[in-house]
Amino acid sequence: MESTDVLLEIKNLKKHFPIKGGFFGGIKGHVKAVDDINLFVRQGETLGLVGESGCGKTTLGRCVVRGISSTEGEVLYKREDGKTINFLELKGRDLKSTRKDIQMIFQDPFSSLDPRMTVYDIIAEPLKVSKQEAGFDIDSRVKELAEVVGLNVKHLKRYPHAFSGGQRQRIGIARALSTNPRLIVCDEAVSALDVSVQAQVINLLEDLQKQFGLTYIFVAHDLSVVEHICDRVAVMYVGKVVEMTDTDNLFTTPKHPYTEALMSAVPKPDPRNKMKRIVLEGEVPNPANPPKGCYFHPRCPHKKAICSIECPSLQEVEPGHYSACHFAKELNLSGVS
Amino acid sequence: MADKYLEVKDLKIHFKLEEGILKAVDGVSFSLEKGKTLGLVGESGCGKSVTSQALLRIVPDPGFIKGEILLHNEGDSKPVDMVAPDKDSPFIRGIRGKDISMIFQEPMTSFSSYYTMGNQLMEAILLHRTKDPVEAKKIAIEMMRKVGIANPEKRINEYPHEFSGGMRQRMMIAMALSCNPGLLIADEPTTALDVTIQAQVLEVMQNLQKEFGMAILFITHDLGVVAEMCDDVAVMYLGKIVEKGSADEIFYNPLHPYTKGLLKSIPKIGKDKKTRLESIEGTVPVPLDLDPQCGFCDRCTEKIEGLCDINDVPLVEITPGHLVRCFRYEEVLETFEQEQNTLKESLV
Repeated sequence: MESTDVLLEIKNLKKHFPIKGGFFGGIKGHVKAVDDINLFVRQGETLGLVGESGCGKTTLGRCVVRGISSTEGEVLYKREDGKTINFLELKGRDLKSTRKDIQMIFQDPFSSLDPRMTVYDIIAEPLKVSKQEAGFDIDSRVKELAEVVGLNVKHLKRYPHAFSGGQRQRIGIARALSTNPRLIVCDEAVSALDVSVQAQVINLLEDLQKQFGLTYIFVAHDLSVVEHICDRVAVMYVGKVVEMTDTDNLFTTPKHPYTEALMSAVPKPDPRNKMKRIVLEGEVPNPANPPKGCYFHPRCPHKKAICSIECPSLQEVEPGHYSACHFAKELNLSGVS
Repeated sequence: MADKYLEVKDLKIHFKLEEGILKAVDGVSFSLEKGKTLGLVGESGCGKSVTSQALLRIVPDPGFIKGEILLHNEGDSKPVDMVAPDKDSPFIRGIRGKDISMIFQEPMTSFSSYYTMGNQLMEAILLHRTKDPVEAKKIAIEMMRKVGIANPEKRINEYPHEFSGGMRQRMMIAMALSCNPGLLIADEPTTALDVTIQAQVLEVMQNLQKEFGMAILFITHDLGVVAEMCDDVAVMYLGKIVEKGSADEIFYNPLHPYTKGLLKSIPKIGKDKKTRLESIEGTVPVPLDLDPQCGFCDRCTEKIEGLCDINDVPLVEITPGHLVRCFRYEEVLETFEQEQNTLKESLV
């Protein structure tokens, strides 16, 4: 998996949430939200994380920015000076200076901005927290950021409620950009927006990537958006990555039955082309009590005896194409397009 | 065949606020046959949800509605007008849930958490179909089986928190269809669901429409879902229908600049990848004290100065069944000039 331009590598990352219950509040079990994940992100690319609700994609994003602490594993980050460090073990000053490099954009533009702070304060806050060098002009930086994301500088003294959903998301993006990050985790950054506004924000994210050489981890559930914006995609199912490859490969030749079903379930905006959908039976299993063997086997149309016994690991089936399916090489799955 | 079940004529829903009159819906007309699906598409704030609320007379205060909503029930000689009666009258209450029923967007909040699913499902059945609780339970279990809920005899006694999102939306459909309504209003029924669950729910809706033959008014902002589900599409913008036609016409021959922009701004799988998305600049204005103008003219790339920004645009049929509200089309201009002339004559 290694290559010189890898910016971030996630190794065996786990996040288990304890379930408390009973009279004494003892631990009854664990929700394995993120279960043994290995990923890498190259400098300057956009990695998509897709999956249905409850698959752990948001939790993974939060573990990467250390919004929540991970149970186990490593997040290896290559700093600007070329040194690779484990971001999860950093403390004190090191942590603070590295946090500047990894930022996050949130899903809901209505709850991710403090209603009692002006837009100016919201964008300036990370700059104040991360202690810039002496003589740093916060004022001009905030104005510059507002212009970069397309906000009117005159509106900076207003409060978030005065802005529409699309504009609020721009404020969130400006806040994330304020410390000059190298990696931004976009957690469903466009899913709460209307289509015409969504297109504006997607274009903005792409422009910013070119302008500042940003790397994105793009968490989303909308496959058409993911296909548009991502260079590589990792598909998640119940806390595990089931498939990871280049976007083109994934959409033309998927190697995991879940990916195939997920893609065929997306309604196509074309009334003349009503494709036969693969409708999956049942629902996503509970990550506190996943089925034995492959987590997908109860819903899988291609399951065989081994699937309910042994859990397949993520294997490289073709160069750069990873799949966690016992029959990845044998199945002839159809993609879209 | 061409029996209209629902006819909406010049529907207006206005809210009197301190800031002025908010015209949430401003002159919407459409009709719907049994067995057909009409998609009402538009972005947040375009008035699509309020339109559906008006059909059930559940528009929140201080909204008031004008216009005509006619319901052609079988056996009735005259159509039923939904606008004139009081919204709390027994007459309207007799129509809610029986002739017109609704599926809401949020499967998590549209059930009461204090009652069992069976209790809530049987409420409408006991009100409209039978007085016998045993028979009502039978009907309820039968409906649950039809929407694909396994083991309905046991699950009927469970509470909403024991159902997943997709299951609740199926229960919602079961509840809405339990009295065999002529019209089903689906207000963003799958927006809160995952794609694989959405596929299941859409399939259930399609199958039940074949079986019961009801008309569906499908409200959504997802153009993919529209293409799969709808026979006809009406595109709304700022309280008005800007374009209406068959799904095929709307997707392959869009006429209004807003429809064109909307279709271009969705990323399509497998097509023109990595090219820039064409977005519509600006945002939807608030429909508060609007001057006569095309509502879209501020964001339109094709607007004609001195025409679009000072006149209301009429909705005119361009080809059979395909209507558009845009001065870029000669037919629209002609109709507009005719209207102006008759207006002048009447003043003289």
